[in-house]
Amino acid sequence: MANMNLYSRGDKGFVIANMILIGLFALSTLYPFIYIASLSLSSGFAAQAGTVVLTPVDVTFAAYGKVLSEPQFWISYRNTFIYTIGGTVMSLIIIIPGAYALSRPQLYGRRFWNLMVAFTMWFNAGLIPFFLNMRDLHLLDSYFGIIIAFACNAFNIILLRNFFESIPSSFEEAARMDGANDFQVLRKVYIPLSKPAIATVTLFCIVARWNGFFWAMVLLQDEQKIPLQVYLRHVITELSDDEQFAATLIDAPYSVDTVTAAIVVCSIIPVLLIYPFVQKYFNKGILLGGVKE
Amino acid sequence: MADHTKRMTRIVDHLRANWQIYVLLAPTIIWFLVFLYRPMYGLQIAFKDYSVFRGIEGSPWIGFEHFHTLFGSDQFIRALKNTVIISMLTLVFGFPMPIILALMFNEVLNQTYKKTVQTVVYLPHFISTVIISGIVITAFSPSSGVVNTVLDWLGFDKIYFLTKPEWFRPIFIGSGIWQEAGFSSIVFLAAIAGVNPSLYESAVVDGASRWQMMWKITIPSIMPTIIIMLIIRIGNLLEVGFELIILLYQPATYQTADVVNTYIYRQGLQVGQYDLAAAAGLFNAVVAFVLVMTANTISKRYSRTSLW
Repeated sequence: MANMNLYSRGDKGFVIANMILIGLFALSTLYPFIYIASLSLSSGFAAQAGTVVLTPVDVTFAAYGKVLSEPQFWISYRNTFIYTIGGTVMSLIIIIPGAYALSRPQLYGRRFWNLMVAFTMWFNAGLIPFFLNMRDLHLLDSYFGIIIAFACNAFNIILLRNFFESIPSSFEEAARMDGANDFQVLRKVYIPLSKPAIATVTLFCIVARWNGFFWAMVLLQDEQKIPLQVYLRHVITELSDDEQFAATLIDAPYSVDTVTAAIVVCSIIPVLLIYPFVQKYFNKGILLGGVKE
Repeated sequence: MADHTKRMTRIVDHLRANWQIYVLLAPTIIWFLVFLYRPMYGLQIAFKDYSVFRGIEGSPWIGFEHFHTLFGSDQFIRALKNTVIISMLTLVFGFPMPIILALMFNEVLNQTYKKTVQTVVYLPHFISTVIISGIVITAFSPSSGVVNTVLDWLGFDKIYFLTKPEWFRPIFIGSGIWQEAGFSSIVFLAAIAGVNPSLYESAVVDGASRWQMMWKITIPSIMPTIIIMLIIRIGNLLEVGFELIILLYQPATYQTADVVNTYIYRQGLQVGQYDLAAAAGLFNAVVAFVLVMTANTISKRYSRTSLW
């Protein structure tokens, strides 16, 4: 209802007040990011003294220098890329064909298979059995374990299946006339027609992988394999108690807080870079479609 | 015998024509069996005296002993209470925010301004829990954090927020609202977009103000969406963002911060009492299942369309 004619004289004050309020909300959403960015660029001394509030104080790149000189930072950054790309590709390989098969009317036991998928949204064995299962499968401390174990979930399958089901069968019938089999129908009809839905699922997978931390923390002990988020947690929770690190702080131009802030910034940057491109996919229909079976 | 053969022929014909579908389905089904259903089989350790050496099947059954232990444990009861309290508080303070935001977005006439604000408020949804915890810990730090700096300016004493049990919940719920309120408003914006424009047109003819239209048209029109989202939320009552809690809590704040999932994490994965922790998890899962199913039944009755 963006029609200007629906807006009468007496509403001016209301509309302006609303704009100001929502602008303030946006600013308060943005503020923590600005604060962290400023902190990462401030000197350790200024940060310790609590003088950083909005803009950097005593601008220095020392904290970034410290972060970027840590080999573990690069190892975990590389690992995050491996998990994000490998995991997303694995997800699509499983989810797209699965969703297609589940959308087929001629699939024998279709109700049963669909229920089997949906049931996992309502009932979950929980942390411990999942962990023991991973251990029994010898998937602890394994790149492949992380990539495969989180490749699929009911939500993404159902989202895509619903989208496939909404495609009119006339598209498929034309291809069938030309003698296309299911593999070809999926590849030449359903995938090209489902780009927005596939893009959404891909986005969900990428975000989940990039941000995933809990299971990586639990399943990976080997520092050579941990992703950035686990490294970041290590820095946040343990750096302040780390005596070796504390010793380097004397006379250093950085502090625990500025180093933490610098890693946070380094980890957010890729998200900020792709954010504008994916934003257009926050499409109501797709998000809502996922809720319904 | 003839029936049997006929049936076999039908199955063979069906498979000959449609085998590709089953090939496409297989990875999904195998994945669900291996990673989600196999752990359900492993849940039996909740009723066993599990030892790593004897394995899941070899460990002896002990009935409901772990459940007796749990309900006799102050820690578990406390975790259960905290889960419900934190969840309720999140509901009360967190649920209205996206609705209010959506209504406010709807009143913004300048599309560029609207898009810009939306871009900003959706952003925190895409930020990881670890980063949220990093921001919270830094901002609330006792010596250098901005919150204490501002308190100091205003003449208040500095507070060591993250060690104070009474501050844990406000900080946790506040950061949850900061992260999700904007993104959650999308669902309500979609509902508002679906309101019949002629309702507004006739209201304008009657001289209604936008404020009146919001209360008399927009809110009643999106009420079904609000109620469905509320039901879903209540169905997920036991689901508290425990990852953020693990990153933010410490022994000093356990009394207000420890929830069922963090209790399971500590007892199971840190202490190694797998069977007891699995029992706590099973209890959690069963209650959650009942809540979700009840929510679905209610919403079916209410909206005549089930949630799934």
